[in-house]
Amino acid sequence: MTTMTNTQGLSNGAGGVAALNSVERGAANNSTNVLEVKNLSVEFTTRHGTLKALNEVSFSIAAGEVVGVVGESGAGKSLTGAAIIGLLEPPGRISGGEIMLAGRRIDQLPDDQMRKIRGREIGAIFQDPLTSLNPLYTVGHQLTETIVTHLPLTWSQGRNRAIELLEATGIPAARERIDHYPHQFSGGMRQRVVIALALAAEPKLIVADEPTTALDVSIQAQIIELLKKLCREQGAAVMLITHDMGVIAETADRVVVMYAGRIAEVGKVRDVIHAPRHPYTVGLMGSIPSIHQHVERLVQIDGTMPRLNAIPQGCAFNPRCSKVMDRCKLERPELQTRGVSQVACWLHTEVGHNES
Amino acid sequence: MKADRVDGALSSEAVQALPEPLIEVKNAARWFDVSSPWLERILARKPRSVLRAVDGVSFSIRKGETLALVGESGCGKSTIARMLVGLYPLTHGSITFDGQPLSNMQGRKGLALRKRLQMIFQDPYASLNPRWRVGRIIAEPMLAHTQLSAAERDERVGALLTQVGLHPSDQSRYPHQFSGGQRQRISIARALAVNPEFLVCDEPTSALDVSVQAQVLNIMKDLQRRLGLTYLFISHNLAVVHHVADRVGVMYLGRIVEIADRDALFETPQHPYTRLLLAAIPDLTGQGKSRTPVAGEVPNPLNPPSGCTFHPRCPHAREQCKAEAPVMQNFKGIQVACHGVVQGWEMG
Repeated sequence: MTTMTNTQGLSNGAGGVAALNSVERGAANNSTNVLEVKNLSVEFTTRHGTLKALNEVSFSIAAGEVVGVVGESGAGKSLTGAAIIGLLEPPGRISGGEIMLAGRRIDQLPDDQMRKIRGREIGAIFQDPLTSLNPLYTVGHQLTETIVTHLPLTWSQGRNRAIELLEATGIPAARERIDHYPHQFSGGMRQRVVIALALAAEPKLIVADEPTTALDVSIQAQIIELLKKLCREQGAAVMLITHDMGVIAETADRVVVMYAGRIAEVGKVRDVIHAPRHPYTVGLMGSIPSIHQHVERLVQIDGTMPRLNAIPQGCAFNPRCSKVMDRCKLERPELQTRGVSQVACWLHTEVGHNES
Repeated sequence: MKADRVDGALSSEAVQALPEPLIEVKNAARWFDVSSPWLERILARKPRSVLRAVDGVSFSIRKGETLALVGESGCGKSTIARMLVGLYPLTHGSITFDGQPLSNMQGRKGLALRKRLQMIFQDPYASLNPRWRVGRIIAEPMLAHTQLSAAERDERVGALLTQVGLHPSDQSRYPHQFSGGQRQRISIARALAVNPEFLVCDEPTSALDVSVQAQVLNIMKDLQRRLGLTYLFISHNLAVVHHVADRVGVMYLGRIVEIADRDALFETPQHPYTRLLLAAIPDLTGQGKSRTPVAGEVPNPLNPPSGCTFHPRCPHAREQCKAEAPVMQNFKGIQVACHGVVQGWEMG
């Protein structure tokens, strides 16, 4: 940005200003990435050696953008979320790469500074709304506490703000219900409270880890609609972690497909769903039953995700891949831009095309 | 718009159908007494409270057919599954299996009947004994129901494991050595050990990843074709139901609100609840579409709404719905319990 010349347009000028002020909250421009993850690796040190759970994961999320992260259990999607929020459980640790939030590196911050960022700049929504609320405090107390911790408001101002938030998340009779305890709410209502809590300080980034998995389908639709609306209004960037491709298709702008701790494919939701490149994504899409067409057999990917201590050499997907080549068993494909999306597969490299 | 009333349960449709029904459920109910302890009730003058988990449900399943029951949590799907395999006695109503009442199932006399129906549970981590080897787990039903020798049992266990896509040598391993999908295959092998005719599958794939779910669903379909099995398939996932079922029943608060052939139900859903459920499915093709989610939540089953229990959430509810509970009626080849549908209200 410092080498910017006059030939660059006005919009770039604005971006430059934003980059200069990026440490200060609120100045971020839409064109900058709120979250940038570069070559993030996470390791677990165990008695039987070091397990690499995340391996050089890179992606970014712009302001106002919803990025979905999909993959099966054990692919590392929740771990990526936990690393970004700074809540990796030991012995898990970040062993390489960097995480930038609005231009500021946050992966090496000490705990007390990270605690200020969490809630203020990063909001988190977890799968189980019952375990993310304290059962011993009223909902109002928890919301108000979060608000006065992060914003310059008094307790009674914070309480009014909490009521507004509960109303915004669609909780009826918010003024009375604010003094209720979490157990007095139903599952869907609790998840609304958790969303209110995550949005309380208008964070720049929201990490939502399986926010609707514990909910019934009719409630799930309500919650997704709500999350979309509120994030659009606040212009927050959203990282939506889920195993449900349907939720991604309806909610996200871009999608990151993960397999065995690495990114297999990244692209716009429409491209990845309708024209998946990576054989894993192709299999994943085919294995989802649809109500619009009837097939006698679903596409199945044989086998299971490898264990962390036995990730195959080369491409981790090679033992399950229907299009496996010799090269896949020896060399690991890197994520490369191919047309509209990025894919890590030898089928889609220049050399791969020439060979086939 | 003429609709004839179904007496008791047996619809005229079931009589016309060629294959005879294997299972007939007539007006079955299961209530649970969830009252506080006696002394507390006396002191606080609280009345008894009864939870009507399943309240007057009727359906039949023909031989070789898959009937799926869908609904949200707490609608009574799993209770029906347990009633069908005799794990819960009925509060009233009746269930017959191949002409014999299920109440005959208790004791030694019922052994032959019990052998013919088996169950697959939702959680493959909780339904296999972690201290038993797989071979013993699968052979256990044979010990109870057959006179096979140990060698014959071993051979059969090997054959069953092959049938579900595992290796015969897997029988000397423990459940923890298998992944979720493989465990669910072990559950299927165990259920098949005594050659049952009817399998009750209670959410068999909801604990599994989508690619593993595809493997298990494919195996279940293959086995049905090969062995002529009849399934009751319980799920909350409408897309899975669409894939496996021949007929589908939609449940709401302990009652069935609509039963129809799969294609009829998915293409021309009648009951407002069915329509709202279908509209709520997040779908791969529905990118960027704005959905109108079902408003409200499932009411407390201890204190269900009057009349049609769906009326507080129903966009078409009228006075009649609040006062009068609709009865299951035949309507254009399906069965539905809704005043609006059978009276032809404008429901857009």
